[in-house]
Amino acid sequence: MTDTVTAPAAASPARKARKPATHFDPNPAKAGWFTRIVLLVICVLWLIPLIGALVTSFRTTSDAANTGWWSVIVHPSTLSSLTLQNYSSALGGTQHMGTAFINSLAITLPATFIPILIASFAAYAFTFIEFKGREFLFLTIVAMLVVPNYVAFIPILKLYRDVGLNGSFPAAWLAHIGFGMSLAVYILRNYMSTLPKTVIESAKMDGASHYMTFYRLVLPMSVPALASFAIFQFLWVWNDLLVALVFIGPGNNEPVTVALTGLQGQFGKGWELVTAGGFITMLLPVIVFFALQRFFIRGLTAGAVKG
Amino acid sequence: MLVKALIALVTVAAGIGAALLLYYILNLIAERLPGGWEDRIKPYLLILPAFLAIVVYLIYPTVLTFINSFKDNFSRNWVGFANYRSLFESSSFVKGTLFNTLLWILIVPAVCVILGLLVATLADRLSPQGEKTAKTIIFLPMAVALVGSAVIWHFIYDSEPAGSTQIGLLNGIRSIFHQGPVAWLNTSTFHLNSVLLMVILIWGQVGFSMVLLSAAVKGVPTDTLEAARMDGASERQIFARVVIPQIRGTIITVFVTVTIGVLKVFDVVYVTTDGNFNTDVLGNQFWTQISTFFNYGAASAIVVIMMAALIPIMWYQVRHFRAEEAA
Repeated sequence: MTDTVTAPAAASPARKARKPATHFDPNPAKAGWFTRIVLLVICVLWLIPLIGALVTSFRTTSDAANTGWWSVIVHPSTLSSLTLQNYSSALGGTQHMGTAFINSLAITLPATFIPILIASFAAYAFTFIEFKGREFLFLTIVAMLVVPNYVAFIPILKLYRDVGLNGSFPAAWLAHIGFGMSLAVYILRNYMSTLPKTVIESAKMDGASHYMTFYRLVLPMSVPALASFAIFQFLWVWNDLLVALVFIGPGNNEPVTVALTGLQGQFGKGWELVTAGGFITMLLPVIVFFALQRFFIRGLTAGAVKG
Repeated sequence: MLVKALIALVTVAAGIGAALLLYYILNLIAERLPGGWEDRIKPYLLILPAFLAIVVYLIYPTVLTFINSFKDNFSRNWVGFANYRSLFESSSFVKGTLFNTLLWILIVPAVCVILGLLVATLADRLSPQGEKTAKTIIFLPMAVALVGSAVIWHFIYDSEPAGSTQIGLLNGIRSIFHQGPVAWLNTSTFHLNSVLLMVILIWGQVGFSMVLLSAAVKGVPTDTLEAARMDGASERQIFARVVIPQIRGTIITVFVTVTIGVLKVFDVVYVTTDGNFNTDVLGNQFWTQISTFFNYGAASAIVVIMMAALIPIMWYQVRHFRAEEAA
């Protein structure tokens, strides 16, 4: 759902935290027991599915097939039968989640970096250079935000077939570059237009070229927006199934999402293996999420709240 | 595996290198141009790659998809409205696929907004540490691929034959009360299975809605809340009459964003039921038409139907943007 419109719009530098409550009004809206219980229930409901799958991924084949995952929690004595075997079988051998992991990296890294490069140049031109047709061209990009990537599959599939690109990494890169581009340009331009114009103009007065201004001034100042788009594009590409299914498909170059789908269809009942595969798929996004949560959430909020 | 990793690394380096080289060459071209031309051409050179990507991957395919929807399954001969006619004459498409997609659109965005607002408002009253923990938990599923979510939810919805041990939580609970198992995802009475699949998507998306709405709630000026309190308004009244009107813009943004995503939903349905048991949606039908029936005409027509639903949103988006730029 990353093809969104205003979603991860860039962090605007001007946001302030809410003022603290004044002394004659010591936050009357404090959490009562009702609030706490409702939130606790929601949080528990949110965690249960994750816990169930996580537990299963460490169970033996017969345990996973013959008893519910909760029995580990109900009968803690069975904890000792948990094993890491599923992870090693899913990574190596015939399940090749390990290879798929490398494929996912090979697809995701360029598909994240290249659109940012392209979009930041375009956003710079849209923000700091006057040219004919600027408004019309940018409105075209705004309109393209909403177009679903479904339009591209059949025409691009045929185009790739003609040039022999189907199934290769560049096939996926180029598609993700195309699908992410309008959002990237939109976010970066919105952020760049909040940068102080006077600084850029004075740089120009001093004789700096566009490239110098871009590399030395605009790019470093836009890091928050670049980071938040990078995280989004990364998660979107890593977690994507449809684009990978259409342009790469099952086989040598398949990413983790396609491999996981295959694992699920192939085994039917070997759920301990499928869950291990599932958590291998989730590993990197969850690390990125926890490491960059601040960037992620700040990027998500500020620009959209503007709406 | 090592060889594979090396090949991947080289490919990645080549791809990124090619992108950097492109801009180096574009700059070189611009600098070679005589005097005034450099400044005139430069902005267009800078936006050229971005536009090329958009034209090749969105604009040109949109036109072609529209044309293909009036052609036969291999896009060779014109067939007029035949693709649309056969879709709309099929009751499994109208009463199944199309109706289900409508249900998804009606239910998921609304639930996401309401739950997101609930969590945002309630968590705002906790201690900072408590708020952070609660929000992280709700937000975490956003990092999980929908394929992964479907695997995770298997251990809630799974159903084994009556008599054997249940490994899905819902049927496990039923067995405590000596109730027989229910095949949850096969039960389309009142669209129960579609609703259960929606729960998977909602589980993943509430975090998004919560983060946006939480920032909006925190952005409501404290003096407006204090003024209402001094006038004797209850907390509930303050929420409905003071907070909600001030965060309306964000609510609309979240609603629109989730709606667009839901209209395109594919992964959840594909990996759980593959559209069987009356759970089909437009996205999954598109893939079925391509991969099972090799019918590019019908698949294109489905995309055009999707586009038709999105055009009002596109129009709103452009208008909204212009109004904001003018302000």
